[in-house]
Amino acid sequence: MYQTNYHRASSVEDAVKLASANDEAKYLSGGQTLLPTMKQRLAAPSDLVDLRHVGEMKGISVNGGKIRIGAATPHVEVATSAEIAAACPGLAHLAAHIGDPHVRHMGTIGGSIANNDPAADYPAGLLALNATIVTNSRSISADDFFTGMFDTALEEGELIVAVEITAPAKSGYAKFPNPASRYALTGVFVARHGDGSVRVAVTGAGADGVFRHAGMEQALASNFSADALDGVTVDDSDLMADIHASSAYRANLVKVMAKRAVAAAG
Amino acid sequence: MATVSMTVNGRSVSGQCEDRTLLVQFIRDNLGLTGTHVGCDTSQCGACVVHVDGKAVKSCTMLAAQADGAEVTTIEGLASGGELHPVQLAFREHHGLQCGFCTPGMIMSAVDMIRRHGGKLDEKTVRAELEGNICRCTGYHNIVKAVLDAASKMGDGARIAAE
Ligand SMILES: Cc1cc2nc3c(=O)[nH]c(=O)nc-3n(C[C@H](O)[C@H](O)[C@H](O)COP(=O)(O)OP(=O)(O)OC[C@H]3O[C@@H](n4cnc5c(N)ncnc54)[C@H](O)[C@@H]3O)c2cc1C
Ligand code: FES
Ligand code: FES
Repeated sequence: MYQTNYHRASSVEDAVKLASANDEAKYLSGGQTLLPTMKQRLAAPSDLVDLRHVGEMKGISVNGGKIRIGAATPHVEVATSAEIAAACPGLAHLAAHIGDPHVRHMGTIGGSIANNDPAADYPAGLLALNATIVTNSRSISADDFFTGMFDTALEEGELIVAVEITAPAKSGYAKFPNPASRYALTGVFVARHGDGSVRVAVTGAGADGVFRHAGMEQALASNFSADALDGVTVDDSDLMADIHASSAYRANLVKVMAKRAVAAAG
Repeated sequence: MATVSMTVNGRSVSGQCEDRTLLVQFIRDNLGLTGTHVGCDTSQCGACVVHVDGKAVKSCTMLAAQADGAEVTTIEGLASGGELHPVQLAFREHHGLQCGFCTPGMIMSAVDMIRRHGGKLDEKTVRAELEGNICRCTGYHNIVKAVLDAASKMGDGARIAAE
């Protein structure tokens, strides 16, 4: 790892100020992506601004169907929150299956979506749940936030403060983990919203990161059952292919995981 | 160089280190507690697991500076006055190790797991929760047995007593 300077932020304002003081500064949340990357010398921030002590960025609140999760909230808290389990069980299930217990103790929702790894779990959840990403300067809809593989709408130095979600009528997530890394070889999040619309988001499979599948959304809007997906085709031309799985295999997984997610949503 | 202070195994310690120093380096090099191992450089093997403020974390994926002010427990902090911790005893009894390289991380993970699940642990849960700990020798079978045995012996009081 190259040299760096560590700073501990005490508030959102303080964090933004510390980060803006240097071009090459980066926010450090759970460190479960950034530190391994720095160890490989693939990232070399001059300064690290630690977010784990910013009280206003931590914790979960659920009020009349409005869910708010602080950006620095670790995965374990989302996974074990009774309020999330009641309001959005698919999201609790998703968080409980990220990496391993040690990664879940440190890794945070804000760090996960800022990174937007094409095989990460949260991007699929937030896109299907039509979440709003609240930063220090604005609110961004999930549709606008995830702009491509490892790419987001965040500006230089912009800080994610929280994620807001309207509790859906039903939610489910199913992932086929890569057996070595635990990231999604393919993961599908299905949410049926209060107005009857359905959103289906796929991670791990898209050549350009997380995406929604219009065909499955339409089929499920008229009949919210796993059988409704039988007639839907998943085109493999924009899917990833690597040593772990071909695009045709991933296309099949998308459908299988979507069916399981619908079954889990009940 | 900065001064980092924390409580390690109940003792207040402080030391000078660079901001980029990993917690595991601080524990091993500054404090001389070499029971915590480094088995990979990809944050995947779990040989380095310690408890920070009561939770199992990979000390190779945390900076010493991040742990400034925290309470840290390492494998050396489990036994009390020559008495092995019940999880250590169970690993010995069930032959839950061969070369022993992964063992400190396995035991720290097991103690954390028992703290969270208490005596209710079942085999499926133990296997799933060991996802972040790799053993190249044992085939996991005896590790799982040891964790289950320790959990049942520690029983209902396990959640509190695990630390
Ligand atoms: C062994 C292992 C297995 C894993 N398995 C999975 C898995 O199965 N599924 C999965 O989804 N993930 C997995 N992860 C990744 C894990 O979920 C990370 O915690 C997550 O991707 C990043 O979150 P973090 O809080 O650790 O962020 P960090 O590593 O601290 O930061 C990541 C990036 O986001 C930026 N950032 C952080 N917080 C903010 C913020 N609030 N605003 C703006 N930018 C910010 C940082 O500057 C950095 O560029 C795994 C990681 C490991 C080590
Ligand atoms: S040394 Fe920490 S996970 Fe391998
Ligand atoms: S006992 Fe040798 S690696 Fe586990």
